[in-house]
Amino acid sequence: MQVVWDYRMLLLQGVWITIQVTVTATMLAIVLSLLAGLARQSNVWLLRTPATVYVELFRGTSLLAQLFWMFFVLPAFGVSMTPLLCGVLAIGLCNGAYGSEIVRGALRSVAREQREAAIALNFNRFQAFRIVVLPQAARIMTPLFGNLAIEVMKASSLVSLITLPDLTFQARNINLVHVVTAPVLIVVLLIYFAIALVISGGTRGVEHALAKGRDRLAA
Amino acid sequence: MEFSFALVWEILPQLLLATIVTVEATMVGFVLSLVFGAVLVTLMRTPSRPVRALARFVMEFFRATPLLAQLYFLFFVLPSAGIVLSPFVTGVIALGLHYGAYAAEAYRAGLESVPKGQWEAALSLNYTKLRTYLSVVLPQALPPVVPALGNIAIAMVKDTAILSAITVTELMFVANEIGSERFQYTEPVTAAAVIYLVLSLVATALIHLIDKRFRPEEAPA
Amino acid sequence: MTPIIKFEGVTKRFGQTVVLNNFDFIVAQGEKVVLIGPSGSGKSTLLRVLMTLERIDSGMVMVDGEALWFVRKGVDVEPVTESHLRHMRAKVGMVFQQFNLFPHMTALQNVASGPRYVMKKSKAEAEALAESLLRKVGLGDKLASYPARLSGGQQQRVAIARALALEPKVMLFDEVTSALDPELVGEVLDVMRALSSERALTMLIVTHQMGVARALADRVCFFEKGMMVEEGPPEQVIDDPVNPRTQSFLRAVKLT
Ligand SMILES: Nc1ncnc2c1ncn2[C@@H]1O[C@H](COP(=O)(O)OP(=O)(O)O)[C@@H](O)[C@H]1O
Ligand SMILES: [Mg+2]
Repeated sequence: MQVVWDYRMLLLQGVWITIQVTVTATMLAIVLSLLAGLARQSNVWLLRTPATVYVELFRGTSLLAQLFWMFFVLPAFGVSMTPLLCGVLAIGLCNGAYGSEIVRGALRSVAREQREAAIALNFNRFQAFRIVVLPQAARIMTPLFGNLAIEVMKASSLVSLITLPDLTFQARNINLVHVVTAPVLIVVLLIYFAIALVISGGTRGVEHALAKGRDRLAA
Repeated sequence: MEFSFALVWEILPQLLLATIVTVEATMVGFVLSLVFGAVLVTLMRTPSRPVRALARFVMEFFRATPLLAQLYFLFFVLPSAGIVLSPFVTGVIALGLHYGAYAAEAYRAGLESVPKGQWEAALSLNYTKLRTYLSVVLPQALPPVVPALGNIAIAMVKDTAILSAITVTELMFVANEIGSERFQYTEPVTAAAVIYLVLSLVATALIHLIDKRFRPEEAPA
Repeated sequence: MTPIIKFEGVTKRFGQTVVLNNFDFIVAQGEKVVLIGPSGSGKSTLLRVLMTLERIDSGMVMVDGEALWFVRKGVDVEPVTESHLRHMRAKVGMVFQQFNLFPHMTALQNVASGPRYVMKKSKAEAEALAESLLRKVGLGDKLASYPARLSGGQQQRVAIARALALEPKVMLFDEVTSALDPELVGEVLDVMRALSSERALTMLIVTHQMGVARALADRVCFFEKGMMVEEGPPEQVIDDPVNPRTQSFLRAVKLT
């Protein structure tokens, strides 16, 4: 374990980058999930089609290919970004495409009867969405967004391949340049696991807050 | 900046050869994940509490940590422990372990979807445990698992790209190499992305077909 | 007699199924009409058309003197706009078989939601109104309860209060006691009976329970395959039906 202590500064720097990428990319992914998920449900062609193209494109191609594309190809077209921005964008975009399915599924799972009750109460469409559909969908989405955040955290390890010194980068670097060491790799995996536990704990907290007094969703 | 189709045409043979490696890695990795998932789910259903807890931890741990970090672990630590494997073999083992944890979760959900009454009915017919699994539980547990396993396969196609980090000469690795040799990343990386898109579309279509066969109401009488 | 609801030659299809076929129907202001008939005969569809949950294929539906769904423009018939539909929905309230309370709101919030968001009353005002309505349906002690914590009968009473909070001229009840355990039917019926004493309120009630029809109806309509087969005061239609189809339907219902 001495070796872990020796490299603690590098590892801590790596953790900090991993956390930065995870947090910002998760926020981006959730915003994109909501936008794309809503747009795909819309009956306006001009919203639905671009959203569908976005989702299929980013779900169909490998995240690493997207990352390399932004990192290597975009500069050739005059768009230059820092590796950090590149990583956050690629991971956020890709996971936003996956997340849009969460939003779509959650919106669909709010029973038709609930929308009808909203019409019978003369809510307008926006009110029906905001007051009736969204709060119920949010409760379904929360744990799934928690899983998405963990996927984002895992995906953040790929930024090590575009020169960003995150946790995985340090793990490889220490083994490649300095010494081959199992303890460093094990500690790195455990740190990732700990971050995942924090994410799922936070998600449960949000779920709990959303649940308030109700025990179940009415049929 | 222009996109040169001539260049794409020129490098296509190399990329397609690399695509074969990608497909191989996916297939071997997928089979390994099915097996490892089955082992895990079996351990999660043993009578021994510590074994169950350990299996459960392994499943959670493998799912919650990055494939790339797991890959580096195998890549660096196995040789230092005297186990020397090719990058390809190391890569598919990592895929098998990582996605095996997802497969275990899919199996678990499938097994739990079989109502308790089915177990009780088998018991009342004096079936052995093995007979109950083979004739009653698995035939019902498997069909709902198929789409989940399909999603694992599709995810794996795309994640094989990560094996490029340990020099497996699959699609992403070769695309990258061409890019760095020619100082021209646009065509190889774009072409690779398109090939991934095609691969996952094909995989999706394939899984759709398999899933259809497994649906009891659509199975041939 | 002032008609408040008027169907004129209304046709409604679902794909191949014709649910209402050139249907005519008039309800007077303040009238309490009970619709009975076999399952699938189109009773729910009739109510859902009035609540604008289903659109019609042709014909005219008038509510309170104004067209619902289509208006005549010269010789043509045109669909109405969304804002017109919202204007019309204000006249009608509906109670559903499955209650359809909002599970994430308390009883009080459910009932206050209409006054608050649709009538734009202040929160305090909306909640005061909701509280008085919940007291009226006997749920003064359940204001803060979420639907999941209420019995079916209690949920249905909240649903009635929620619809009443918007002060509709017409109330629609679609088999509101069918999903309830038998011992809970009475409390909902009591609320409806009290409501039926309000002379100005028009009520359209679909039910399978002849006791409900007897207790509430000014007029009972027997409905089959989208057609009005027989109608009249409850004593006549329920106890002394003329039409053989009504007779056989009532025999079947009384057996259950
Ligand atoms: N959304 C729908 N799509 C297709 N058919 C429907 C739909 N709603 C109702 N129907 C059909 O319309 C007919 C009348 O239904 P409904 O009005 O619910 O009858 P009732 O309430 O008298 O039982 C039935 O044959 C039913 O199957
Ligand atoms: Mg009905």
